[in-house]
Amino acid sequence: MKILIKGGRVIDPASGRDEVADVAIASGRILRIGAAPDFGADRVIDASGLVVAPGLVDLAARLREPGQEHEGMLESELAAAAAGGVTSLVCPPDTDPVLDEPGLVEMLKFRARKLSRCRVFPLGALTRNLEGQALTEMAELTEAGCVGFAQADVPITDTLVLMRALQYAATFGYTVWLRPLDAWLGKGVAAQGAMATRLGLSGVPVVAETIALHTIFEVVRATQARVHLCRISSAAGVALLRAAKAEGLPVTADVNMQSLHLTDVDIGYFNPDMRLSPPLRQGSDRDALRAALADGTLDALVSDHNPVADDMKNLPFGEAEPGATGLEMLLSLALRWGQDSGLPLAKTLGRVTCEPVRVLGDALGSLASSAGRLVEGGVADVCVFDPQAQWMVTPGELASQGKHTPFSFASTGMALPGRVRATLVAGTVAFERAAT
Amino acid sequence: MLSRRNPQLNRHGELIHLLSIEGLPKSVLTQILDTAGTFLSVNDREVKKVPLLRGKSVFNLFFENSTRTRTTFEIAAKRLSADVINLDIAKSSTAKGESLLDTIANLSAMHADMFIVRHAESGAPYLIAQHVAPHVHVVNAGDGRHAHPTQGLLDMYTIRHFKKDFTQLTVAIVGDIVHSRVARSDIHALTTLGVPEIRAVGPKTLVPGDLAGMGVRVCHSMEEGIKDADVVIMLRLQNERMSGAMLPSAGEFYKSYGLTPEKLALAKPDCIVMHPGPINRGVEIDSSVADGAHSVILPQVTFGIAVRMAVMSTIAGNQA
Repeated sequence: MKILIKGGRVIDPASGRDEVADVAIASGRILRIGAAPDFGADRVIDASGLVVAPGLVDLAARLREPGQEHEGMLESELAAAAAGGVTSLVCPPDTDPVLDEPGLVEMLKFRARKLSRCRVFPLGALTRNLEGQALTEMAELTEAGCVGFAQADVPITDTLVLMRALQYAATFGYTVWLRPLDAWLGKGVAAQGAMATRLGLSGVPVVAETIALHTIFEVVRATQARVHLCRISSAAGVALLRAAKAEGLPVTADVNMQSLHLTDVDIGYFNPDMRLSPPLRQGSDRDALRAALADGTLDALVSDHNPVADDMKNLPFGEAEPGATGLEMLLSLALRWGQDSGLPLAKTLGRVTCEPVRVLGDALGSLASSAGRLVEGGVADVCVFDPQAQWMVTPGELASQGKHTPFSFASTGMALPGRVRATLVAGTVAFERAAT
Repeated sequence: MLSRRNPQLNRHGELIHLLSIEGLPKSVLTQILDTAGTFLSVNDREVKKVPLLRGKSVFNLFFENSTRTRTTFEIAAKRLSADVINLDIAKSSTAKGESLLDTIANLSAMHADMFIVRHAESGAPYLIAQHVAPHVHVVNAGDGRHAHPTQGLLDMYTIRHFKKDFTQLTVAIVGDIVHSRVARSDIHALTTLGVPEIRAVGPKTLVPGDLAGMGVRVCHSMEEGIKDADVVIMLRLQNERMSGAMLPSAGEFYKSYGLTPEKLALAKPDCIVMHPGPINRGVEIDSSVADGAHSVILPQVTFGIAVRMAVMSTIAGNQA
């Protein structure tokens, strides 16, 4: 199948390319960027007035498979990814059963490949059943397709195990993905502060994040393991991360789009859609996260997609399951942050394309050189979007099985900028939406 | 982000549910207190009934155990001529795995007109209020650590009864404030009614610094907290807090923060002592103080019935 994407504004954040050009695609790869070659396209996509960008790369999306198919399924969640312009995603290992066996990883990869909507890169469990005790077979899991090892939201409490896990991972150059969260201080349901105190909700203090960061940084100093820090949520956490990077520690970090746009005040009258993990913090934290994502202290923006069923959300705030659907909003919320921060479009898009690919590094294998980019000869993972379009999030119309999002128009009264018009994965159209 | 309308008020600003005191205007609070005053005389009559809720079904829905609050709500509803149904949910449907909203849907199908809800989770009555039919009213009878608005109102009734004017008072609230829904409702009511000095008194584990954001002065010393107070509200110390990481022992708490005649002498001579009950004698309050001349703990209970009658009749008269 030969496809010509004609007359769009082609933006490749990695190279800084930003020009109106045609993109010719054949055999799953980008043949040429520039004036349209006469190569007999089977399909022409008119992209005039639209942006042609690399497909988005989301470092945190739960697919709820295997084990929690009532919450989400590969079909619906990968359809949501494609609808959101996401062409590669990383999923954490906290499925049921936990991704701690190569067979489970192979099955997930196989099922995802058959759907050919989005590339799926699983994280393997760092410890068996995420229990924080025994290491998993990391080499075997890597062979099965894992791009790193994680504990999802379950902190390792035994520091000896943490040290050994990072030593072992460092031996083979595997990246360990850790959510900085102290197991005991992290037990509350909202961020500690005036709002949680008013509402009578148990609070998670900032020190739950900073204590964990201090511990992780010490272990990284001792082991030189490569660590990716997931979901930084506080200004104090950002400051520690900035210092660690200045020191040259091999660490990267991400922030989720909820923490980038919302604060604890948005909990309002106990809205369970605002029950998130990490919890929404204060305005000063949000501002620090926005600045850190702009200056590169935070490397990537993630959707933190987590489809949660109605039964698990329509509960009193503290009992509701944390999480929100997000894949279909990632592009728009990146654009909104970029607009608010006065950033060039290429830089904004970099935080959801080439920068997350840099975080993944060699774990992507042959894809590392062209995923998250638009380069001749590279894979044709492309997101075509209308930067002028505005849309209102209506949960019932989302492709994801998860219908709970704090960004619904009913909750926020805000329209979001940018609408995906076409998503190509490996040169195949995975999603298309007509102009409205 | 969009600011949403306070869910307990209708578009005319009238009270349709009572979920929290926070956000209610002074006029609404004052009106309930005034109405309660008219009901007090009902309680003294031979036939203690008025027909305001005749034909209405009031469901007492207590997901957490309670004897006193449930009983006073039941008495209040019966004096308004309502049919009262008590459901001990802790032992019935939720124990069988039924969700909160399913329970509510089923009871609504039995034509409930009002739910009196107590729940261990902060905010649970808000969820219920958002999912009931427009004609159904919800009263929060205590949710987690969040709010206990009828207790807050009866405390205000008591203070007004004995002190007349709110705007010259110093009120000290002593004890486990962080876990107390009563303290939160009292603080909101006192600030709304214009009390100039509200003190939150207790150790740092039970009185966090960010309480100051609610408009109180945080005091960690009992002497500082109680000095020249007009009103002292003692809170119940729950058994599970008496040992562990919050407090070393009930004895040590009593030594530092228990209300003894000696400590009470620091307050104004005409100070009143309140307690939401049930009291722990010798833990937060000395028996001689609980039973002494300054104590208004039993009048609080009496006023509680009139205040709950006022709340129920007020919201039942307003439409969503």
